[in-house]
Amino acid sequence: MRFDGDLAEIRFGAGLSPRLPPPASAEEMLARLKRPDRAAQAFPLPDFDAAFQDTREFRRLRRARYKARGQAGYEAADDAFRAYRRARNREHRRWHGQRLLRHIHTSDGLRERLVLFWADHLSAQGKTGLYRVLAAPYAETVIRPHVAGRFEDMLIAAVTSPLMLHYLDQERSAGPGSRAAQRRKRISGLNENLAREVLELHTLGADGPYSQTDVRQLAELFTGLSVQGSDGFLFRPGMAEPGPEMVLGRTYGGGRPELEQVLAALRDLARHPATARHIAWKLAVHFTSDTPERALVDHLAARYLETGGALLPVYEALLEHPAAWAPGLGNVKPPFDFLASACRALAVPEAGIAGLKPGQIYRLLLAPLTPMGQRWEFPNGPDGWAEEDRAWITPQALAARLRWALAAPRQLLQALPDPREFAEAALGGYANERVRFAARAAETRSEGIGLILSSPAFQRR
Amino acid sequence: MHLTRRSLLARSAALGCSLAASPLLTPVTFAAAPWDTRLVVIILRGGMDALDAVQPYGDPDYAGLRQSLAGGPGTGAADLDGFYALHPGLAPLLPLWRAGQLGFVQAVSTPYRDRRSHFDGQDLLEAGTAAPGQAEGGWLNRLLQLVPGVEARTAFAVGQDRMLLLEGAAPVAQWAPGAGLAMSPQAERLAGLLMEDDPLFHAALNGALELTRQDLSLGAGDSSGDEGEDMMMSMMTAPKGKVHQEVAAYAAQQLRGDTRIAAFSINGWDTHSRQAGALKNALGRLSETILALQNGLGPEAWGKTAVAAVTEFGRTARENGTGGTDHGTGGAMLLAGGAIRGGRVLGRWPGLAEADLYDRRDLMPTGDVRSPLAWLLHGLTGAGRSGLETAVFPGLEMGGDPGLLL
Repeated sequence: MRFDGDLAEIRFGAGLSPRLPPPASAEEMLARLKRPDRAAQAFPLPDFDAAFQDTREFRRLRRARYKARGQAGYEAADDAFRAYRRARNREHRRWHGQRLLRHIHTSDGLRERLVLFWADHLSAQGKTGLYRVLAAPYAETVIRPHVAGRFEDMLIAAVTSPLMLHYLDQERSAGPGSRAAQRRKRISGLNENLAREVLELHTLGADGPYSQTDVRQLAELFTGLSVQGSDGFLFRPGMAEPGPEMVLGRTYGGGRPELEQVLAALRDLARHPATARHIAWKLAVHFTSDTPERALVDHLAARYLETGGALLPVYEALLEHPAAWAPGLGNVKPPFDFLASACRALAVPEAGIAGLKPGQIYRLLLAPLTPMGQRWEFPNGPDGWAEEDRAWITPQALAARLRWALAAPRQLLQALPDPREFAEAALGGYANERVRFAARAAETRSEGIGLILSSPAFQRR
Repeated sequence: MHLTRRSLLARSAALGCSLAASPLLTPVTFAAAPWDTRLVVIILRGGMDALDAVQPYGDPDYAGLRQSLAGGPGTGAADLDGFYALHPGLAPLLPLWRAGQLGFVQAVSTPYRDRRSHFDGQDLLEAGTAAPGQAEGGWLNRLLQLVPGVEARTAFAVGQDRMLLLEGAAPVAQWAPGAGLAMSPQAERLAGLLMEDDPLFHAALNGALELTRQDLSLGAGDSSGDEGEDMMMSMMTAPKGKVHQEVAAYAAQQLRGDTRIAAFSINGWDTHSRQAGALKNALGRLSETILALQNGLGPEAWGKTAVAAVTEFGRTARENGTGGTDHGTGGAMLLAGGAIRGGRVLGRWPGLAEADLYDRRDLMPTGDVRSPLAWLLHGLTGAGRSGLETAVFPGLEMGGDPGLLL
């Protein structure tokens, strides 16, 4: 089978670029994943702990404002708090620009795609205050270093991340028999949210072999996973439920509550055959089709089990399987991928994004995702974004894609390319006769560019 | 049971947007709409202050709780019934009150307690359940699953906000006025050509163009070329200003056609500081919205219409140190429309003495906000009580008929 570089870059990468050649082989794609993360070095983002530290100043200013209520200093305290919050929001928009720049300029597109995939698989979001801007640092620290590593390490990093503990209410979950619950009657008690989602979404899958008792037992085992102010993760033995817990027939703990018992359970869950199956299925759906070939799923699951959840061999299994290279473009790109790959095809220069004011980044590159159906960093639930093509291509969402494609490119570039050349650059061997005709027949450059970006040939991969 | 939750959600996400596949786009005659009354549900996101919107100035403890937010007829509010007074921001609705087409239910809430998070509170308000995860999707969608003859346009979610209460297995339509495609005729033809051999894209494009044409016929203005592109760019971000009136006018237009239920949001109720100005603005938007609905529906359809505006929770009984109020519990709902038996403030008043407050801080909820909603659905669509108490609002006891409708 001849290697199709265009298809590799479109289906498994960041999309075609007129400046960067597509990969020459599957081996090269995998080799790049093993090398240093150049895109992250070129377009840095803060690490989670650093960004989380900002919550301390945020809270301090908010408290100062609260204390000044009804007093002379209130206006000044209010101004200081608002100024800080504005500055953090500006930072947040700049981070979005950095993430897009990685997609535009990378030669390692598979890595960017894997970061998106796993950040969605282990989706976490802020519900209040400064937590709401932490999704990018979460992806940077919790997800990105592990995408070519082992799933269990990524799972542990996610389940002990303050953002996940906050999002799924774990930080306030106390064992009914814990010291904390006995001391303070007001403590709400056990919260099953994170335990349920770890089983249902992150590991075994909704049809996995677990019962409500397993959920409850895992929730009791999870008690103690908590957050210390702005410092980060903390295991609080005082909140932990005493006694052993049994999850999927295995017993954890029993003596003094310790973090290691939780981590042992997570490792066992990560290596479970149902988890292998669930993750194989999700990878196959994401990279190939809403209805993936069973043989492909079997192949991925087998490799996952063989290697105990080492991810690089699983990607290797994906790229070596013929079903992954089925001809014709399939899945619809979700809005972020659509927008990022459009910027890449347009070869938007670094200064074209890094030079934008935060408000322009918001207006041109962040806010337009919402009417496309993807309120960026805030999916509807812990199950993340939809994979089904039909969820994305509705009248309202398609209209939003068209509006962006027709209007945004000329605000991102000094001069738009000739649509006829752009069709080849954006689609390579996938520029079909309809696209070429539209590129010729459009009345203006911006309409030509917009139509090419709106074509199913560009929106599918 | 939760084993099927995700798959159903995924399915509903697809079906919820199935307008493109609906018969709307082909010239066939429609079956008659399943019923003739109209329902508009407005979600007031952010937590409306019930004690400021409908001021219980007759309660002896009221004045002591509110300083910069002092209410009652002495401060410019209109007396309603000798006990309650209407915030000046709702004054444009006084003619409706006098005509018996405006009413309120005080001291109601969802079963949500104590955490006071917008995020969770709105989810529960729209899920219609007693606790999270007890049913799929939203309560209005589950109503649609209960009654026969529902088509893609029977229920319409209007605006850019996600409307969880309409999500679920039953088909619903969604569109935001001004979200249309202002393309040159040539670009429109070429877009059609590009998508012609991809059924998913082609159906969605046709749906978008059709909805855009209706939008433009409503007066959003025609444009093409450069001007059109600038307009489209400006519409990529949520427009501010009079968008609520456009949403209401659009909803009214749909309701004059085959649509029987419309739902949308009005935001801006989270008045932690300087509430006097902020709430006046928000109530002003609510007033303009309701008048735009009345105006857009015309006398005949308005006569068959009930509007219910609900919020995720009320606010603290006491004013805080910054001229605002914080997240609370008991709230108020607003009812309007020609089908409403209005001119009354319903709900059992709990009192405002410290011992009467919830947690010694919030208005005590004396009723479940789902109960009046259930009675509205019963009266408007004929949905049976058992279905309402088990499928639409699982676990709700509707109680006695409050006689909300004429």
